[in-house]
Order: sequence, then C-alpha cells, then structure tokens
Amino acid sequence: MRLNYPVNVRIIRVPCTGKVDILHILRAFEKGADGVYLVGCMEGSCFYEQGNLKARKRVEYAQRLLEQVGTGGDRVQMFNLTSGEAPKFAQFAREMTERIKTLGPNPAKLAGAASKGLAAGQAAERGAA
Amino acid sequence: MIVANGKPLEEIIGVVKDHRKILVAGCNECVTVCEVGGTKEVGILASALRLHFLNQGVEAQVGETTLQRQCDREYVVGARETVEPYEIVISIACGVGCQFMAEEYNKIPVVPGVDTSFMGGALERGVWSERCQGCGTCLLAKTAGICPVSRCAKRVLNGPCGGSTKGKCEISKDVDCAWQLIVDRLNSLGRMEDYEVLTPIKDWSTDRAGGPRKRIKEEVAS
Repeated sequence: MRLNYPVNVRIIRVPCTGKVDILHILRAFEKGADGVYLVGCMEGSCFYEQGNLKARKRVEYAQRLLEQVGTGGDRVQMFNLTSGEAPKFAQFAREMTERIKTLGPNPAKLAGAASKGLAAGQAAERGAA
Repeated sequence: MIVANGKPLEEIIGVVKDHRKILVAGCNECVTVCEVGGTKEVGILASALRLHFLNQGVEAQVGETTLQRQCDREYVVGARETVEPYEIVISIACGVGCQFMAEEYNKIPVVPGVDTSFMGGALERGVWSERCQGCGTCLLAKTAGICPVSRCAKRVLNGPCGGSTKGKCEISKDVDCAWQLIVDRLNSLGRMEDYEVLTPIKDWSTDRAGGPRKRIKEEVAS
C-alpha cells in the first residue's frame, strides 16, 4: 500500500505488546522521548492470549506515574488493530503525532534546556562583570 | 510473607525533593514476592524519581540497589559501599528492613517507600490476603487451621458473632466470616464435636500487648 505516516515515529519491534515493560516506557521518557505508544493486536485475539491485555494495564500504570511526575499521562497510549489494517496503523501514527505536537516536547527536555540556558546566562553575567 | 503497599509517589517525592543523591533500596524477599519492593519496583520508582527531577530541571542522582534481605544485618552491612555515597535512602523493603537500614546507617536518613501491611499469602497474582497476626500463641490446631485472630474482625475466639450472614462478615460482603469457615471445615473434617469445646481467655501477653518481642534460640545464639 506504501502508506505514509509521520517520520518522527521510531518503531521498535517486539514479539508481542506483552513484552513491553513499564520500565521500557519510563526509560524512553528519561532518554527524551516525547511520547510512546503501543500498537497491539485486537483484544481477545492475542496469540499469547493475554499479552495485549497486560500491555494495556502497563500503559495505564505508566500513564498514572507520568501524570504524577509531571511528564503527563497523555503522552502514552495503547492502540489495537489487526494485521490487515495498515491504514489504521498510519492513522494511529498521525493521531499520536498530532497529540504530541499539541502537548509539546517532553518537559524534561524543556526543563533541561531552561536550566542550561539559565546557567549559561549566569556565566555570561559573571563574564561581563 | 510480609505484604506491603507502595506509598503514593507524591508522598515519596515530598520527602526526597531537597536531596540530590538518592538511593532506592529494595529487598529480594517478601516485598519482591508481593511485587512492591523488588528489583523491578526499585527500577520503576527510581525511574519515576529521575523523571520528576528532570522535569524540574534539577540534576539529581537516583541510584538503585536490591539487598538479599534488609532484615538481616549481614546483608545490610554488606551494602555499605553502595549506600554511603548517597544523601538519603528510600527503603522499599518492609518496616523491618527499613529500620535495620536506619540502625546501621545512622548518618544517612532512611525513609520508607512502602506501607507495610500484614502477614499473608497470594490468592492469585496481584491479590494478597491476611492470614496471621503473629499473636504468639497459635490456635490453629483448635480452629481447623483457620485463624480467628487474623481473619475475624473482632478476633472472636468462640464464634461466630451475630454479624455473620450467609458466610460473610458484617464489615464487608467481600470478607468471609472466619467462624463460618471454621465450622464448615470442622464439619468436613468430621470434628464438629470440637466446636463445642470453649476456648478459654487467650493470653495476649505473647501478642504486642506484652511489648516489643524478642525470640532467642539458645542452641544457635552466640
């Protein structure tokens, strides 16, 4: 079909969304990801029976944690589709990209840039003095 | 096992927010089994704290370690090189482990990251239920293996009380009446005559009522 989807999405292949751990999600944000989403099979049709259901619970847990630390729970999302739904895959990528654009960059990056900017400003002031 | 619940993240952040070198210390025993204080949970809490500080634009070092047992001085002392570079330790072991850490490292604050709850077992993954209160004088032989001290809301020793309805306790429809369970089990064991035997007033001095307890096993104590 050669469908287009936003180029900012980096795909990490896993054998099942049940493989994705809460730590994978959290560490992605520590490393500066602006958003993380999981695309799993439809609920009820997991080859490993409960992989996508476990993934959903982990996503919900990650959302709660990220909300509490100020990153924002909306930056993580779980999507489901069947293997024949390529247009839906592209649609999810667009939806998530639009959502992240609305939310803005990962606050950790903004705060880091701000504190570095502040430090640079202070150094410049000291230099001028 | 000892069962605990994780403290709310806001509470933990409130305690450590002014520190810049924080160690999250887990334990490989009970709290690992009840999925609140093992290596995995250490990783999650440490990652969440790092994100919190990153979001604040604050440079903070959040370390991770998991001791074999925090309730055993041997392992607590053995962690000295790991612990001492830090300003504060969040122990996500049970209250025993947290106190053993605090007793050993008296110049470093050790704060709990979990609320220790009870001694119990897993009914299924993610669901734990209380089974023992450590009263110091076990009654299970008389009560068909079901503990009225830990499982009856009133700790009634000759029950059930008037609050037992259709096998459930009056405090909640989700709580089994311990005495209904005892009667059912005595019945299935063919020991209903034991139900007629009154349990005398219990000696609660072996419980917490007698103050903090210590056990010495003479044959192994030095």
